[in-house]
Amino acid sequence: MAFDFLKKAISTGVDKLRGGLSRTRHAFLGSLKSILSGRKLDEELLEDLRKRLILADLGVAATNSITSDLRQAWHAGKIDSGDQVLEFLKSEMKSYWPQESRTLHFATAGPTVILVTGINGAGKTTSIAKLGQYLKAQNKTVMVAACDTFRAAAVEQLTIWASRIGVDIVKHQMGSDPAAVAYDACEAVVARHIDVLIVDTAGRLHTQDHLMRELEKIRRVIHKKIPDAPHEVLLVLDATTGQNAIRQAEEFKKAVQLTGIFLAKLDGTAKGGIVVAIRHQLDLPVKFIGIGEKPEDIAPFSPDDFVEAIFAQTENPG
Amino acid sequence: MFDSLSEKFTLMVRNLSGRGRITPANVRQAMEDIRSALLEADVHYQVVEDFTQRVMEKATGTQVLASLEPGQQIVKIVFDELVALMGPVDSSIFFVDPPPTIIMMCGLQGSGKTTTCGKLALYLKSKGKNPLLVAADTQRPAAIDQLVTLGQQVDVPVYKQDGQADPIPICRNAVAFARQNGRDVVILDTAGRLHIDDALMEQLSDIAGATKPHQIFLVVDAMVGQDAVNSARAFNQKLELDGIILTKFDSDTRGGAALSVKAITGKPIKFLGVGEKLQMLEEFHPDRIAQRILGMGDILTLVEKAQSQFDQAQTEKMQEKLANATFTLDDFLEQMRSMRKMGPMKQLLGMLPGLGSALKDIQLPEEELDRAEAIIQSMSRKERENPDIVDSSRRRRIARGCGLQTEDVSRLVKGFSAARDMARKMSGLSMGSKMKMAQAMSTMSPESLSAMGHLGSAGPALRPSRLSPEQKRKMRDRRRRGR
Repeated sequence: MAFDFLKKAISTGVDKLRGGLSRTRHAFLGSLKSILSGRKLDEELLEDLRKRLILADLGVAATNSITSDLRQAWHAGKIDSGDQVLEFLKSEMKSYWPQESRTLHFATAGPTVILVTGINGAGKTTSIAKLGQYLKAQNKTVMVAACDTFRAAAVEQLTIWASRIGVDIVKHQMGSDPAAVAYDACEAVVARHIDVLIVDTAGRLHTQDHLMRELEKIRRVIHKKIPDAPHEVLLVLDATTGQNAIRQAEEFKKAVQLTGIFLAKLDGTAKGGIVVAIRHQLDLPVKFIGIGEKPEDIAPFSPDDFVEAIFAQTENPG
Repeated sequence: MFDSLSEKFTLMVRNLSGRGRITPANVRQAMEDIRSALLEADVHYQVVEDFTQRVMEKATGTQVLASLEPGQQIVKIVFDELVALMGPVDSSIFFVDPPPTIIMMCGLQGSGKTTTCGKLALYLKSKGKNPLLVAADTQRPAAIDQLVTLGQQVDVPVYKQDGQADPIPICRNAVAFARQNGRDVVILDTAGRLHIDDALMEQLSDIAGATKPHQIFLVVDAMVGQDAVNSARAFNQKLELDGIILTKFDSDTRGGAALSVKAITGKPIKFLGVGEKLQMLEEFHPDRIAQRILGMGDILTLVEKAQSQFDQAQTEKMQEKLANATFTLDDFLEQMRSMRKMGPMKQLLGMLPGLGSALKDIQLPEEELDRAEAIIQSMSRKERENPDIVDSSRRRRIARGCGLQTEDVSRLVKGFSAARDMARKMSGLSMGSKMKMAQAMSTMSPESLSAMGHLGSAGPALRPSRLSPEQKRKMRDRRRRGR
């Protein structure tokens, strides 16, 4: 039955995520226990946690805010042992990202358009392939639009991915107007009754005004062609990115009204803690994580696993 | 880039140097500020700890505190430590005899390896070499096409083997190909990989084993956070790196990765990628970057940039024209165009001492320069040679021609005359006096800088927002008289 298939697809996704995180998860639970269990919460332990948060790229501000919450709870007598700290941190972070903010929004009728943005090398094209695969597994018809007409061979890269995952692609020649590609793609999804259009864009540094305006134009064209679109505007963020990610999110949000983050490359040793800082300053949810190089290496974002991974021990924490 | 860090340091310097006496407590407070500034700049936790520790030890020495200018002393210590942390200076590539010299590039996915290969090829070409690019990234879809396109753009041949999935024979054959075809530098573009992916890391050392590269460079995204250290360490252990190339340095990242990666691997940072254009690869100079961090500007880079874009003879011709006041709008147009080849205005101005933080909020839209070009191009030959003849009727015609307002035209003409006068004055000065003048300019307030916006491009963004009543009256009078 279709339902069973879906259930299976979802559970494979979850396993995949757990698999991707298991290495760090085990290291984490082991190592954290050794620090926390049997210990009283004290300044030394707080300083240790602080260091861990900094090393996970949460940044000074978010780290200070979390440690001060911890200290407050400690002084209020709510927590006093090391073992309670983890649970406290988990619930704290889970409150940042409620379930409803993390799911994809689809159009009530007609095609859904997902605009995918990000800086150079964040992993946009690969993430689009994953997203396409993920949506196909949910029995949706998918089309991709190759609006990265700038980078050498970007169109070819997306074309290869499209044929690998078996979705249609709309493309023009390299160097053509990306907004025109978006326009044609919008017409195509409407005409062919396709469920979801994923729009790839060229990587651009958020500091380049003219390129940010080009992105605004792509968004405008889509919106003109399909009212309510784009339904999702995702920023693909490399999990290894440091504090500059806040500036990226800020600028992209300003330009194209981001609706969420696709946290890519979470399969390395980087923790992607910067999304906490982004949540603090810009209130952007994380919708998906990328945890490998294959199209099925995608999972919906789970604060629970994320929290565990954040405090996971890497081989050498420095 | 580095701007926010510079700001923090500038503030700290001001706080410290404003004091007659500095106590250890003052220093500790300043160090605390530096500590969080560095962490916010993504410098690795441990590197920050060590750095502040070292500066602290030196700065609280009795000699420093007892000296006449303790603030300056401490700034000097911070500067020296920064340079030491990022140095030593070594952006050279050594070449072997007999050729070819083999350079292998590696790094994480998306760090910018392929683009950097293209940039490096162009750089080597400008140094008189005959590079060969090798498409050894058989992993990422279309990576080979990307390198081929880049090769066409920089006019450097690309060695590839269609249908070959194993990079090792590709690299080995490429070296043989280079030897036969007189290419003296071979650049191997390998696939991006995670440092924890043992199989792929093993493949990298196999490539290195098969081709015996003379130099191995790690390409690192300047925006990377605390994890920079983990990957750099892993690559260094596996491959024994020779240097680092930092990419995407033109973003507004504070670039702490530069500090961390250097500190952890001990390998020199060779080059910086500073833009999407393929000539935007700079040699790395730690002292200059440290100066930039401390808000002391980066005049040397600017001078070098200028030198690479203007040829000597042309510059001398211009100098002469400036001195004799025969400098026309056509010359101005030519100058403006060669200057724009150097890169975006904001980036250039940011290199001037003291301007970095002042420029933060000023928008310097490139369209203003486009407009100036449009205005000049709407002028007749006669008008370009002698802009003083532009009267209100000519002004109207020019404005119609370029689709702008008559005010824009007159602002440009006025700005040009002012610039010409100033240039004439400056050309009579010695180099030392010019430097002094540049220094005086760098200490100007943003307002007076805006006023200077009349020079050259003269955009509304740089226009002083208000005229004094006196100026307004004068303008009215002038207008009345004109009619």
